[in-house]
Amino acid sequence: MLRFTLIRLLQAIPVLFAVVTLTFFLVRAAPGDPLASDKAMPPEVYAELTALYGLDKPVWQQYVSYLGNLLQGEFGPSFKYVGRTVNELIAAGLPATAELGIYAMLVAVLIGVSAGVFAALRPNSAQDYVPMSVAMMGICMPSFLLGPLLVLVFGLWLDWLPISGWGVIPGDKILPAITLGAAYAAYVARLSRGGMLEVMSQDYIRTARAKGLPEWRIVFKHGLRGGLIPVVAFLGPAFAGLLSGSFVVETVFQIPGMGRLYVQGAFNRDYTLIMGTTVLFATLIIVFNLLSDILSVWLNPKLRQQYQGSSQ
Amino acid sequence: MNLSLSAQRLVPAVAVALLVLLTACSAGETNVERGNREGILYWGNGTEPQELDPHITTGVPESYIQEALFEPLVNSHPETLEPAPGVAQRWQVSDDGTTYTFYLNPKARWSDGEPVTAEDFRWSLWRAMHPKLGNQYSYMYYPIKNATPYLRGDISNFDEVGIRVIDSHTLQIQLENPTPYFLGLLSHHSYYPVPRNAIEAHGDPWKRGSHWTRPGNMVSNGAFQLSEWKLFNYIAVDKNPHYHKADEVALNGIRFLPTENVTTEERMFRANQLHYTYELPADKTEFYRTNAPQQLRNQPYLGTYFYRLNTRIKPLNDPKVRRALALAIDRQKIVERITKQGQLPAYTITPPNTAGYSAESSLIYDPERARELLAEAGYPNGEGIDSLEVLYNTKETHRKIAVAVQQMWKKELNINIILRNEDWKVYLDSEKRGKFQISRASWIGDYLDPNTFLDMWIKDGGNNRTGWHNPEYDRLVLEQAPQATSREERHNLLMKAEKILLDEVPAIPIYTYATRHLVDPSLKGFSSNLLDRPFFSHFYLEPEPNPDSEQ
Repeated sequence: MLRFTLIRLLQAIPVLFAVVTLTFFLVRAAPGDPLASDKAMPPEVYAELTALYGLDKPVWQQYVSYLGNLLQGEFGPSFKYVGRTVNELIAAGLPATAELGIYAMLVAVLIGVSAGVFAALRPNSAQDYVPMSVAMMGICMPSFLLGPLLVLVFGLWLDWLPISGWGVIPGDKILPAITLGAAYAAYVARLSRGGMLEVMSQDYIRTARAKGLPEWRIVFKHGLRGGLIPVVAFLGPAFAGLLSGSFVVETVFQIPGMGRLYVQGAFNRDYTLIMGTTVLFATLIIVFNLLSDILSVWLNPKLRQQYQGSSQ
Repeated sequence: MNLSLSAQRLVPAVAVALLVLLTACSAGETNVERGNREGILYWGNGTEPQELDPHITTGVPESYIQEALFEPLVNSHPETLEPAPGVAQRWQVSDDGTTYTFYLNPKARWSDGEPVTAEDFRWSLWRAMHPKLGNQYSYMYYPIKNATPYLRGDISNFDEVGIRVIDSHTLQIQLENPTPYFLGLLSHHSYYPVPRNAIEAHGDPWKRGSHWTRPGNMVSNGAFQLSEWKLFNYIAVDKNPHYHKADEVALNGIRFLPTENVTTEERMFRANQLHYTYELPADKTEFYRTNAPQQLRNQPYLGTYFYRLNTRIKPLNDPKVRRALALAIDRQKIVERITKQGQLPAYTITPPNTAGYSAESSLIYDPERARELLAEAGYPNGEGIDSLEVLYNTKETHRKIAVAVQQMWKKELNINIILRNEDWKVYLDSEKRGKFQISRASWIGDYLDPNTFLDMWIKDGGNNRTGWHNPEYDRLVLEQAPQATSREERHNLLMKAEKILLDEVPAIPIYTYATRHLVDPSLKGFSSNLLDRPFFSHFYLEPEPNPDSEQ
């Protein structure tokens, strides 16, 4: 297990290096000048700003000095937000995004697993078709549609929930969490239904039934553990996806998070901000994939044996 | 079966629990309710400010916050924008119109209680013009004697620039030429005083992004002072007790929210989370106009939407072709069917009635004449012109206008138009490098005078970008108008200049901008003006007696 983790960690280093290098050169190859502004700048001012951000140096020199700073954990100064470092901007945006991601994940797992298990108990009946159709709709409905719809119904018509902000008014985190979690809930529902169906036809379940165990114990104790393996494998990448894909929800609900930073960075050609957010997201994706792999191995006795066998 | 029974029980139970939870957390007190109770204004401010340093920023959202934080030497009337006392309680202008003497209010204080002195203004302007600071508004100082050579680095002694401290509360500014709009320039943020002590405590005065504008560090001299800056969340300013007219300020504070998405912002307004919106979605204007006109602020705005023509390339190097293109655009249709937010069709570059100045135009919609001109230029019925390309930055309204213009030019002149959209930064780059044929553009006046729209078209002017120039035009704008002794004479000279501009058409004016905001009825003292400047110190909040009035 330890060896498996170590190998995977070592593999992550070249991946991250490739991400940094590719992003660095792609961003600089993209058309558009980060210092361009709609008002003309006197040449002296432009020269001053170019020197300030080191853009007057050859690209390879910029790259080397960027790598040097990165190794010390410094993402550099933002081009757009004068006097702010990218570290500072990330520190401001990440907590809201992470919190939103966690709530959305909870929504996804709670709704998804219950719907999936519920559907799997009576396959090909109304109990199966209804939640699965809803799940299909959830997958198909983009958050830029679901968000405003929820806002309209629960915020403006019923006036139950706040429609914007983050941690300002009690309850303002509910609608964004549901909006972001909904699509993932749908995936989780389909995965857990599939997983449960497979497990529930296994011999050991039949044995459990034969022993006369109550059905709820069979499902929750013996069924769920195996049935949720596909869900667990999905959760790692899904969480990384939740974090890096929250731009729309953050925009719809006026949330001060990373998603907006990421997209704004790209629009403004804020080189350091694009680099910083990309590197951070890449790291998160790698880490969560790794965690879900470890968890899957730990949950699945067959895999566990295989890795233990290979490491001996 | 056991399980389906328990599931049947479980599902309704969970549903009921969720419902109870949802109802329990009803939306509660809104920002507007709380704000009205506490005297706090909730202001939709467009985007997260780049910075709060008035000598660095160029954006409108930043200027709103600075408006609350700083008081200029000379302020403006909230409606007419005529000069009004600021830190200077009065001023004198010499007979030749080139020497201004300002007498500062001895009661004026910084938010740390220190007096605001003439030396503060001199030092602030020294800093604002320091080449290392990279102030993009350096052209605002050109009227001051010797400011231009100083800014270009031709002279390095700031004492040679026409700014003198006579005594602690008397400041004298010497100009190159009589500049009738000079007092108007003084209320622009590039002329705001900045606190020397606070700035020097955080490094070199010209260091960009030193932390002097952070809460706790920032000192300002306006009606409000900075109390909190939560990135991407809000900026809070509270009443400045040291402000010399603090008794007259009704608001206790303002919360500036970075409302980047215009649709979200409108929903926030509907849910009473904002007193004021930065913008309004185009498709909602009609709704508010019919259903809640008292909430809609839709006034003329000192800005022109226009198409730049690259006069360096064929066939746009021919003024007849450019004129033909200008005459073939039905602007009335564009403002009525596309923009629909109170914009006015523009036939001149300077918006009509800018400080009493209205240019005459010969660019009225006339497709017949347009076809004649095109034929005279050697392209009868568009023959010989392969196609023309219109560049615009990615935005839905720009696209719609470009499509309409494309159809008009095809129908009236039989010219094929290719549309090219680019990201903002790429578009700016293409325009700057002249890599375009026709490009959509806009210009918002920095101050209330035709000069702000006309001096950009001089030879090699940084904002000209069309390759067009005319020696007579340059002479009128740069030499003759500044020397004019009366307003009429000056306006006449500028009209002559604008006539040249409209005859040769390096740019086709399309519409004059309109402001479009939603304002909560509880916000009082809010007056509209052509520069769309908010005068926060005049605002007050007074909830409507009937809170049930529906939107």
